Amino acid sequence: MTRYFTDEHEWIDVEGNTATVGITDYAQGQLGDIVFAEVPAVGTTLSKGGDAAVVESVKAASDVYAPVSGTVTEGNDALADDPALVNSDPEGAGWFFKLELSDPSELDGLMDAAAYKAFVDSL
Amino acid sequence: MSDDTDMLELPLGAWHRAKGARMVSFAGYAMPIQYEGIMAEHLWTRENAGLFDVSHMGQLILSGEGTAAALEKLVPGDISALKEGRMRYSLLLGEDGGVLDDLMVTATPTGLYVVVNGAVKHQDIAYLRANLPAAVDINHLQDRALLALQGPKAVEALARIVPGVDRLFFMEADLFLWGEVPLWISRSGYTGEDGVEISVPADQVEALADAICQQAEVKPIGLGARDSLRLEAGLPLYGHDMDPTTDPVEGNASFAISKRRREEGGFNGAERILKALTNGSARKLVGLSVEGKMPVREGAPIFAGDAQVGVVTSGGFAPSVGAPIAMGYVAASHNSIGTPVEAEVRGKRVPLAVAAMPFIPHRYHRRGASK
Repeated sequence: MTRYFTDEHEWIDVEGNTATVGITDYAQGQLGDIVFAEVPAVGTTLSKGGDAAVVESVKAASDVYAPVSGTVTEGNDALADDPALVNSDPEGAGWFFKLELSDPSELDGLMDAAAYKAFVDSL
Repeated sequence: MSDDTDMLELPLGAWHRAKGARMVSFAGYAMPIQYEGIMAEHLWTRENAGLFDVSHMGQLILSGEGTAAALEKLVPGDISALKEGRMRYSLLLGEDGGVLDDLMVTATPTGLYVVVNGAVKHQDIAYLRANLPAAVDINHLQDRALLALQGPKAVEALARIVPGVDRLFFMEADLFLWGEVPLWISRSGYTGEDGVEISVPADQVEALADAICQQAEVKPIGLGARDSLRLEAGLPLYGHDMDPTTDPVEGNASFAISKRRREEGGFNGAERILKALTNGSARKLVGLSVEGKMPVREGAPIFAGDAQVGVVTSGGFAPSVGAPIAMGYVAASHNSIGTPVEAEVRGKRVPLAVAAMPFIPHRYHRRGASK
């Protein structure tokens, strides 16, 4: 399994042709207390960089973008009852959705962990 | 996020950063949005005491012959009747009766002490200067900072370092000494809780903030929790819930139109405003309870069936309510308490109901209140 990152602070774990997407620990720290998360319905077609999910803190709503194109195979239902999972375990139990990749070559433009860390340090 | 270089610095700027605050641009100043987190800070204030830096607000002294009578042309409150050490919430009215700002007016030995919103303070001062007679002197107290200490334990904490402050009741103010430092303290605030606001010389504010935060009940609290606290308390945020296109009756601020002024008029927009008081207005600022967990925020249109009947002007998650809440303008046909309406958020309809405000009961320390 390989984990990639975007400059919009999503992470994506890729295994074969399927992937799991969430937001990074840095992102949840910036957002603060998460009070609501809306994940895409199964079967939704996502295009790279497009709106995929919504996360809301006490203060504001933010979009979660699709790191790559694909079709949603599962949303994390646990977030409906416990959106604070995104704060407590952003890169684990606080995942947002899984998708079937439509164009694995889109992964080429994403960052690895070291590159993402350098990116965050530069902010 | 804003560019740091555009932001003006308040006297406590470095103090906030040292306390771990995340700074944002607000009213042109770098201000703390949060320290440990909005939720924790909000709940701490409701249970204990929170220290807020509100030094961005404009502090003015209006003085000179006939000041109160002259100001009454621009505000609908009974200013002439204010006794020394008493204060009143009022509204600065444009010529058409639209609300240019909301403000606090206190009678003091040196004149009327007026606190206005930071985002509009310069235009307020220009408007006051243009509309008050030359005999009225306007002194902008730029060398003073302003702190708010809010919460059920605020006054007992402050009384430990400023003895005697606990004798004030809600909407009363007086001069106190902290050592040799003069503090103008009022028992007021914008969270719905008991508490005080403290005007302090800017060069003493850091020492005072340290002394206050040394009290076990007190933590510094950011703008984020200030906003969620005032929303739960049903208090409007100027520029969002009221603006120059709204009059005081529409803005749910009829209480600020004093009895004598209702009888006598003589303030900007009196004809329109008094008519609305009698006949009701076409729309009104109301509270809105939100079904489900999805926050409904400023700008969301409000519908009854296919017809738009209003718009949300403030909204978000309410930590003490444990659910999203909002306020907004709703047409007279749909603004009685309990009326079901819907907001549209990201293309989806969210059920709302017109709700009584405040969402969390006020806990002011009123003179004469049984307790």
